[in-house]
Amino acid sequence: MTDTSTPLVEIRNLSFARGDRMIFDGIDMDIQRGKVTAIMGPSGTGKTTLLRLIGGQIKPLSGTIKVDGIEVTKLSRSALFQLRKRMGMLFQNGALLTDMNVYDNIAFPIREHTQLSEKMIRTLVTMKLQVVGLRGARDLMPSELSGGMARRVALARAIALDPMMMMYDEPFTGQDPISLGVLVRLIRELNDTLGLTSIVVSHDIEEASSIADTIYLLSGGKVVAHGSSKALHESGSEWAKQFMNGLPDGPVPFHYPAIDYAEDLLSAGSK
Amino acid sequence: MLNFIQGLGHSGLTFFQRLGRANILFGQILAGVPGILLRWPLIIQQLYYVGVLSVLIILVSGFFVGMVLGLQGYNILVDFGAEETLGVMVSLSLVRELGPVVAALLFAGRAGSALTAEIGLMKATEQLSAMEMMAIDPIRRVLTPRFLAGFISMPLLAAIFSAVGIMGGDFVGVGLLGVDEGAYWSQMQASVDLYDDILNGVIKSIVFGVVVTWIAVFEGYDAIPTSEGVSRATTRTVVHSSLAILGLDFILTAIMF
Repeated sequence: MTDTSTPLVEIRNLSFARGDRMIFDGIDMDIQRGKVTAIMGPSGTGKTTLLRLIGGQIKPLSGTIKVDGIEVTKLSRSALFQLRKRMGMLFQNGALLTDMNVYDNIAFPIREHTQLSEKMIRTLVTMKLQVVGLRGARDLMPSELSGGMARRVALARAIALDPMMMMYDEPFTGQDPISLGVLVRLIRELNDTLGLTSIVVSHDIEEASSIADTIYLLSGGKVVAHGSSKALHESGSEWAKQFMNGLPDGPVPFHYPAIDYAEDLLSAGSK
Repeated sequence: MLNFIQGLGHSGLTFFQRLGRANILFGQILAGVPGILLRWPLIIQQLYYVGVLSVLIILVSGFFVGMVLGLQGYNILVDFGAEETLGVMVSLSLVRELGPVVAALLFAGRAGSALTAEIGLMKATEQLSAMEMMAIDPIRRVLTPRFLAGFISMPLLAAIFSAVGIMGGDFVGVGLLGVDEGAYWSQMQASVDLYDDILNGVIKSIVFGVVVTWIAVFEGYDAIPTSEGVSRATTRTVVHSSLAILGLDFILTAIMF
C-alpha cells in the first residue's frame, strides 16, 4: 500500500546540464498528492526539462527523482513504461497524432495498452470527450481543430488511462481568453474530481497562481522561492517580487550580460 | 591547417557516431519485428503508403526505361543482324540491373523521402515524445511497421518495374520496329535463368529495400526537430540512399555475376 502522507514526487539534489550549461544545480522539490503544483520561472529556466526528467525521458547528472516512491532514474525501460501508464502529460502544442481523428487519438493509448472491446473503448472515449466538452468533435482531424481544442483533445487523451498524476507543459501559452478560462477550469476540476496530482509548468502568473496550491519559482538552475500564491506575492524575496509582479528589471536583469555600454559604443569606430 | 585537421576529425567522429546510432536503431527495429507481425493491420496500412502509392511512378518509369532499351538495343543489334535477341538484351538488363537499381532509386525518392519527412515531423511536433510518455515505444509502433513495409515492397516494385519494362521493350521492338514477336519472347525464355538472373535480381532488390528504408527511418528519427532539420534529413535520405544503392549494386554484381 502506498503511503499517502508522503509527496507523490520527491526531487532531491537534482542536477542537470546541457553541454556546459547547468540547467538545474541541486534542486529539491516536493509535489504533494492531490494538489496542483505550479512550476514557474522565466523562459529557458528548464521548466519543460523538469517534466521530462520526472517522466524519465532524460536522465539527470546527479540527484534522485522519486515518483510514488519509485526511483525514476534507476528504472529499466519496461518498468519505466509501467510507471508512465500512471502518468499523463499534456504537451505544449497538444502533440496529437496527425494521421488520426479526435476519436482515434483518444482511443490510441487504450487500444495500445488494453484488450477492451471496441464498444467499451467507445464508451470510455465518449466519457473523456464529454469531460473536455468536445463530444461533438470526435470525427474531426487534428488539422481542423483550433489550438485550444487541440489541447483539450490532448488532455482527454492524457487522462484516457486514468493516471495518478498529470503534467501540463505550458498549457496556457497562445490561448485566447475563452480557451484560457476553459483550460484553467479543466485543470482544477480534473484534479479535484479525478483525485489527480497535477504539475503545471507555466510562466503565466495570473492563471497558474489562480489554480495552484503550491508554486515553485525557478531561476538560474535553483528554486528561488516556493509556497502558496499568497505567500509568494507577499514574499520579501527580490526574485519572487520581480516575477510575481512582472517587473522588467531586478535579480533577472533587463540587459543580457555584455561589455560596458560606453566602451562598446567607442569601440564601434575601430572595427 | 590545424582547423582543417580539427574539422576533419570532427566530421569523422560525427560520421561514426551517426553510424553507431543507426546500427543501434536497426537492432531496435528488428527487435520489434516479432511483436509487430502479430499486428499485421499496421503493416498493411504502411504497405499501402510505402508500396501501393509508389506503383504509379514505377509503372511509368519502367515502361519508359523498357522502351528506351528496346530502341537502343535494336539500333545496336540490327547492325549485327542480331535484332532477334532484343528480348534477351532488354530482359537481362532489366532483371539483373536496371529493375532493382532504378526501382530502388525511385523508391528512395518517392517513399524514402516521405518516410523521413513523416517521422521527422512527428518528432518535431512531439508526437514521438507523446507516445513515449503514453508508455508506447515509438520505434516499435512507428518505425518497425514502416521498415517492414519497405522491406516487403521493394522486391515487388522492382519485379513490377522489370515486367513493365519488358513490355515497353516489346512495344517498341516488336510493335514499332518489327522484331519478330516469337523470337523476342522465346529467346528471352531460353536465356534468362531463374536462379542466376531473376533470383539474384530479387536478392539485390531486397538488399536495396532494407538499406533505403533503414536510411529513411533513421534520418527521420535522428532529424533535428525543426523545419530546417527535417528538410536536411529528407535531402540526406535521398542522397545517401542513392549512393548506397549504386555502391552496393557494384559490390553485389561483382559477387553474383
